Order: sequence, then C-alpha cells, then structure tokens
Amino acid sequence: MSGSDVQLEEILIHTIAGMLDGLRHVAVGASSPVPGAAALLARARSGGATRVSVLGSEEHNFFSDGGKELFDCAGQGRIDAFFLSGAQIDGKANINLVSIGDPDLPKARFPGSFGSGYLYYVVPRVILFRLEHTRRTLVEQVDFISAPGFSEPNVYRPGGPFAMITDRCLFDVDKDNRRFVLKSVHPGETVESIAENTGFQYDVPAEVPTTPLPDAETLALMRGRIATEIAEIYPGFAKRVFGLEKAA
Amino acid sequence: MTEMVTSLDALAARVTDGATIALPPDYSGCANALWRAVIRRGVKDLHLVGVPVFGYHGDLLIGAGCVKVAETSAVTLGEHGLAPRFTAAVKAGSIIVKDATCPAIHAGLQAAERGAPFSVMRGLIGSDILARRDDWKVIDNPFGDNDPVVAIPALTPDLAVFHAAKADRHGNVWIGVRRELMVMAHAARDTLVTVEEIVDGDLMADPATKAGTIPGLYVTALAEAKEGSWPQGLPATDLVADQGHLARYAEMAKTEDGFAAYLAEYVTGREAAE
Repeated sequence: MSGSDVQLEEILIHTIAGMLDGLRHVAVGASSPVPGAAALLARARSGGATRVSVLGSEEHNFFSDGGKELFDCAGQGRIDAFFLSGAQIDGKANINLVSIGDPDLPKARFPGSFGSGYLYYVVPRVILFRLEHTRRTLVEQVDFISAPGFSEPNVYRPGGPFAMITDRCLFDVDKDNRRFVLKSVHPGETVESIAENTGFQYDVPAEVPTTPLPDAETLALMRGRIATEIAEIYPGFAKRVFGLEKAA
Repeated sequence: MTEMVTSLDALAARVTDGATIALPPDYSGCANALWRAVIRRGVKDLHLVGVPVFGYHGDLLIGAGCVKVAETSAVTLGEHGLAPRFTAAVKAGSIIVKDATCPAIHAGLQAAERGAPFSVMRGLIGSDILARRDDWKVIDNPFGDNDPVVAIPALTPDLAVFHAAKADRHGNVWIGVRRELMVMAHAARDTLVTVEEIVDGDLMADPATKAGTIPGLYVTALAEAKEGSWPQGLPATDLVADQGHLARYAEMAKTEDGFAAYLAEYVTGREAAE
C-alpha cells in the first residue's frame, strides 16, 4: 500500500496505539475521536487484555458508579493512560482549555478544563494531542493554565506528559529538562517545517525519522472493526474519516 | 412525600429566580422539555452547576437570558462544537464563569451529600483554575509531611433537575448506571425530575432495579414528560440524540438573531405541544 492511500488520522491513530500496547487500562475523555480510535485499536490488538473506557460511550465503558468513577479510578492509579489537548499548549507542557486573553473578558473562549486539572497530575502516561500544529496553538506561554506540565517537588504528581502528537509530528517529553524532543515527523513534514510552525523551543536530535505508516493489516482492522466501534461515540468522525454511517 | 405534578408548567414554577441548579451532562438525563417550560416562564439569575459539565440545555438557558453564573468544568455541544451562546456571553462579560475541573465538582457534591464541610482532592495545584477560585483552599495534609492538598467546600445546590426513564408512584426514580444523578439528588436541597413514564408497582421491591433507583426520599416533585430529553437522548432507553437538530441548533445559535429564531420556533412556539 502506498503512503498516499493512508489518511493522516490513520497515521495518528496507529502512532498513538503504539504507545498504548501492553497497558492495563486506557481511558478516553471528551472530544477525543482520534485517541478513542487509537485506544480501541490497542485493545483489539491486545486480544482484550487492555481495558478501554471511553467517556460518553455506553458500549465501551466499564464504569457503573456515575461521572465521578473515572476520576476516583485514576486517583487510585488504576488508569495507565489518558489524553489531553489544549487550545494552546506551551513548551513547558502547560495546557490551556479555557481562554485566550484576559479570562474575564477573553478574546476567545473554549469549553473549559474538563478533568485535566486532576487527570494530568495522576495518570502516568498522559498523551497530549493537538491536531492544529501552528504558532497560534503551540506557544511559548499559555494564556491560562488548565493544568501545568510539571509541578513543584512537594506536589503529588505521579502523572504527567508522556508524549505530544500533532498533525505534523510526534514529540517525546524529556522529564528531567522539562522540554519536548522532536521524535518523528509525519509524511510531508521536515525538521524545518516543524521549526517554522512551532512557537516554543524544543530539542532536535541528529536523526529525526519519518513517522511510520500503519501496515495493511492494521489499516484493515482500523477501517473495519475500529471504525464501527468509534462510530457509536463519534458518528461525525467515523463518517468523515472512514466513510461510515452509525449503525441504527 | 414526593409530589406528583401533572403539568410541566407546575414543575417549572418551582425553578425560581436566583436558584443554584445542578445539571447533568448531555449524555446523562437532561430535562429539556422542563427547561423549555422554564424559559417560557422567564426565570432569571440562575446559577448553573455542571455535574461536571453541561451542554445544550445550559447553552439554551444562557442564550435565553436566564443565567447569571455558570459553575462548570466545561460547556460543550460535543461533536457540534463550541456552545455558541455560552461563548458569546463570556466574551461579552454578561455571565460569571466559575471554572472548575470535573472531580472538584464531584468532590463538592460528595461533601454536601455526607453533610461534611469540605472534601479534599489532589491535582489543581499550580493551575489557573485554582488561582481564580477564592472559595477553594490549599491546606496541608494533616497526616502527611509537606503535602499540600486542595479543600473543596460542600456544594449544596438549591435544586437538582434531570430527566430519567421511569419513576413509580412512591416517587422512586430509576436512573440505572447514571449515578451522578444520585449524587446530585443527595446533595441538593430539592430535586425536580421528569420521567418518560410513571409505572405501577414499587421500583424498590426488586434489588435489580433498587440498585439504580433514587429513593423518593430525595425527590421533591416529579412529572411525566414523553421524550423529555429531546433533542438529547436518554441512556438505557431507545431515545438517541437528534444529531440533525443539534447541528441545526449549533448553526442557528451562532448569532443572536439566529438564536432568537430558534427560541421562537422550538421553545416559545412549542408550548401547545408540551
């Protein structure tokens, strides 16, 4: 299969799923169709060993104790991976889900912080995703900190950023130096194009590979079973990416 | 005793100006038919509490001028994007937003349901959510050593308001696994519920239904409202969200004129139907 047949979303889903293989329990929050599909892909490949809880799903959700259970479960360390995004994300991995400008009279207002003010602290492997990689979104300093990338030593912080995926590239997180490190660039992007479109400083190793494409088997699984599963929660996404209508 | 109310308007009359109201998210049980009746009454200055977020119904109430404060972890129309009337109101400075994070809302309600002054939670430290909430306090874990934690005061809404699949004539309300509705009912001073149907018998008689049932003890008043969550769906029923309508709402509500036309067509104009 040639690269041109593979959609960007499929590369992202494949890449994220690769970071979830072998985990016990992956949870997916609101407005997260690409991570949701990636978690379901990781589950399918694990033969069911990886549990997946998708917020807003009735079929792919273990919780039976209401809206609080996801957070209680995460607080106990029972969730290995979660996904967060941000209207802005900065070079210190701070995320902003609230507003641009003065929060009291903002230039732009977004839905809000959701569970990020907690889950970013307690889930060990938080994968950041931002599917608009520009200097407008990846900034030097966010206007509002919904949740900080890193904390003072006395703050309870078993969780935090593990990686960041965008529509252009994948970053690793160097926890010691509190910086992003360019890990791979998606097809069509270069080290230079990433630099041009990123508003914060990050590290660039000598060799930066192209993000691998999913193989034919993975693509078939994604376009078949995973497309059907994600359509329950994100019918618009399933239709747009996989050409699938939600089953009645 | 739970009062069995025969009209939506009579139930809507219990939603008074300035009340603090716990609202479920769109995927739980939203009492949308009741909210349309409340908007027709012209209620003002509501303090909405999203448990832990709210969507369409809150945006509708904000657009209709019923809301003074939005205390919530987010306001979203899901796949239909930003909640347009919330966004416009925040940018215009016409509502006060008390931004939260989901487990902080749950923590506040859980303190209220157990009659405790506050709950303690991790997270939040170093965020602007915490920096902007002067009602939350960082305290030292009394059992730890240099371990800051956040104290969230009890959150006691005047009203919890939601829609559910069924209730019995004793006022017991079956909610299945949507147990945030249970916490809301425990925490609030009064709870108003609409249901798809009021059934004969006792939902508390069978442990299988009892486990997912809010006892009438917590339910102040309830009324029947068929398809009462429309245009949202209702879990554990065959009612699914009317995505076409929600897309239309998201489009129309982008402008004030469009929103006014929406209200005229679907809210003030629906009185006869409801």
